[in-house]
Amino acid sequence: MGFQPVKFYQTGTYTVGNRLLSPDQRSVQAGESRSNSINSGHRACQGCGEALGARYAIDAAMAESHGQLIAVNATGCLEVFSTPYPESSWQVPWIHSVFGNAPAVATGIAAAMKVKGKTEVRVVAQGGDGGTTDIGFGCLSGMFERNDDVLYICYDNEAYMNTGVQRSSATPPSARTATTMPVGPEPGNAFGQGKNLPEIAMAHGIPYVATATVADLRDLEYKVRRAMKMHGARYIHIFVPCPLGWGTASNDTIRIARLARESGLFPVFEAEQGEVTSVLKIRRKITVEEYLMPQKRFAHLFGSHPHPEMVARIQDIADRNIRKYGLLDEEAA
Amino acid sequence: MLKQIEGSRAVAEAVALCRPEVICAYPISPQTHIVEALGEMVKSKRLSPCEYINVESEFAAMSVSIGASAAGARAYTATASQGLLFMTEAVYNASGLGLPIVMTVANRAIGAPINIWNDHSDSLSQRDSGWMQLFAENNQEAVDLHIQAFRLAEELSMPIMVCMDGYILTHAFERVDIPAQEQVDAYLPLFEPRQVLDPAEPISIGAMVGPEAFMEVKYLAHAKQMQAIERIPQLAAEFKNTFGRDSGGLIRTYRSEDAETMIIAMGSVLGTIKDTVDEMRIEGHRIGVLSIISYRPFPLEQVKKALLHCKRFLVLEKSLAVGMGGIVATDVRMAVTGAGLKGYTAVAGLGGRPIFKSQLHQLFRQAEREELPPVTFLDLDWDAVNKQLAREKQTRRSGPVAENILHDKGIVSAKFG
Repeated sequence: MGFQPVKFYQTGTYTVGNRLLSPDQRSVQAGESRSNSINSGHRACQGCGEALGARYAIDAAMAESHGQLIAVNATGCLEVFSTPYPESSWQVPWIHSVFGNAPAVATGIAAAMKVKGKTEVRVVAQGGDGGTTDIGFGCLSGMFERNDDVLYICYDNEAYMNTGVQRSSATPPSARTATTMPVGPEPGNAFGQGKNLPEIAMAHGIPYVATATVADLRDLEYKVRRAMKMHGARYIHIFVPCPLGWGTASNDTIRIARLARESGLFPVFEAEQGEVTSVLKIRRKITVEEYLMPQKRFAHLFGSHPHPEMVARIQDIADRNIRKYGLLDEEAA
Repeated sequence: MLKQIEGSRAVAEAVALCRPEVICAYPISPQTHIVEALGEMVKSKRLSPCEYINVESEFAAMSVSIGASAAGARAYTATASQGLLFMTEAVYNASGLGLPIVMTVANRAIGAPINIWNDHSDSLSQRDSGWMQLFAENNQEAVDLHIQAFRLAEELSMPIMVCMDGYILTHAFERVDIPAQEQVDAYLPLFEPRQVLDPAEPISIGAMVGPEAFMEVKYLAHAKQMQAIERIPQLAAEFKNTFGRDSGGLIRTYRSEDAETMIIAMGSVLGTIKDTVDEMRIEGHRIGVLSIISYRPFPLEQVKKALLHCKRFLVLEKSLAVGMGGIVATDVRMAVTGAGLKGYTAVAGLGGRPIFKSQLHQLFRQAEREELPPVTFLDLDWDAVNKQLAREKQTRRSGPVAENILHDKGIVSAKFG
């Protein structure tokens, strides 16, 4: 009789319970020495995925850099809710300049650290999808291309939430935003548009690119720590549901993120030097409906005047991702 | 050391002597030779330690400078014209955050129509950005102002533009005294930042400020520039002690003792103006010159004092407040409010239009006789202007203005016809 591994999964989430692990294997978030880089008391909405993602990511980066971290923030929700002077949630040195320049400001800080011989101090820049895929794209591409020693983290909630949910180049097709309203024959955001920033980052040939979701804490922490072990330009794209902008329940943020990953709509992978090196497999594949239906931003696809043809096109996108990245094991398929 | 040297190269030497730690380079004429020369110095390790970063835009150049300065490094960049406009959001941000970045502006016109030649439209468009602006009259002064600028910027923790006329100065070879490293080190202490990003003492820089404190923060930027009014002459005096020459200061007067007519200007055109005034003096004209070195802060009191003895003044400026008249002239008029002086504005040299002594002789004489309208456009081709206005009256689709003007002036047909 062969060795039979026993896995302990939490009900519903299918994630491994932290308490079953030895202390050295536990997540940064579960550790007593976590830095609380973005502390409690900030003004994010209830259930904010970005607040969660930032906390996971920056705490992990702090752990890996032994507290020698400087953070740059693009304008956006994270910047606004974390730092209305004289309050600041940040327990790390933190700077906000303008909307579109976080990668360049980070480059400047990294250059200053290098010239001063403070090689132990590491730099993280962060922004939302608008600050990353749209207005900050030029500076980001420049930072990538020069291979500056910066980890850039994009918290992707798929629209401009700070200004009231307007479309960005990361908004998915058919999603309702304030500038892509669910009216007309093809309601919501158009198909065939948008940027795939992780792939664009990979095309720069930078040392490390990864995607992650707030539903997968250990995977997210692993990727941040892995990125922090490297030097040069690194990019992590974190999927962070927005209850306000997506019309989801605030206690559903983690579940929605998991459904995005399990549907294949948000492929979770890592890549080095422009090549995919690993993917997070889908455990229990779901249809895109299961992901779309709980979100009011997709409500016009269902209900009394449904658009099954648009749902089918979204399913095509998920299926293409699954094929392209090999997101399914035979076992799960 | 005396050198026969290009203006840009001389400025690069001066900047290098100030030991910048981070330099951002993005090419735009006529500033490019400065950062090219600095790049060579960093690459060859002559300037070390220093990080030289080839950025992807001027917006990034200023943004990288912001990051470097906030992390405690002495940061420098250079730009001109469209580049300055492209980085404008970050320009305001740098001063708002109180970061003592020094930037050379090789003054150049702003398009459209695209034009690479000199006028002062670019830096004057940043008048209210919170940056100080010092204007060099010649390349020696450009060198000296950079050294003073780093000292002043870091003392006040506010950024400074050192403005020098594009091509006329940046590309001119002339004799310049390049200071010794020991002199500059004695004059310019190490950069001790007022605020710094440091993991040992985490602070948040650049957070949201509401109506309850924004006024005070902005007023303090103004207060810093008012302090600069005090400090600029002191730093110029100290500079003279160390380097042995007069350079910088707020304003400078020339042959103004008994002048009834004063000519006011900024930058390299002062050379032509002074030559003209010298010639007029020989003929017995009571005419003098006021050069403004510090455009921001604007030295209202000093300008007033320099003009009170005269009867009339003419501001000759390489800039145009469209829909109003002069930009510098407005400030000068403010300085002498209520003094009962006649004031004239001459807009001249836009887009590199040469300014000749013969034109100035005529203009200054008209000013003396008080025959000028409030705003004059020196060397404006009224025929070309009126022809275009007539064309627009006749035809709805009159076409691109710039092309029409060049057609009328015969330049296109001379080349291609």
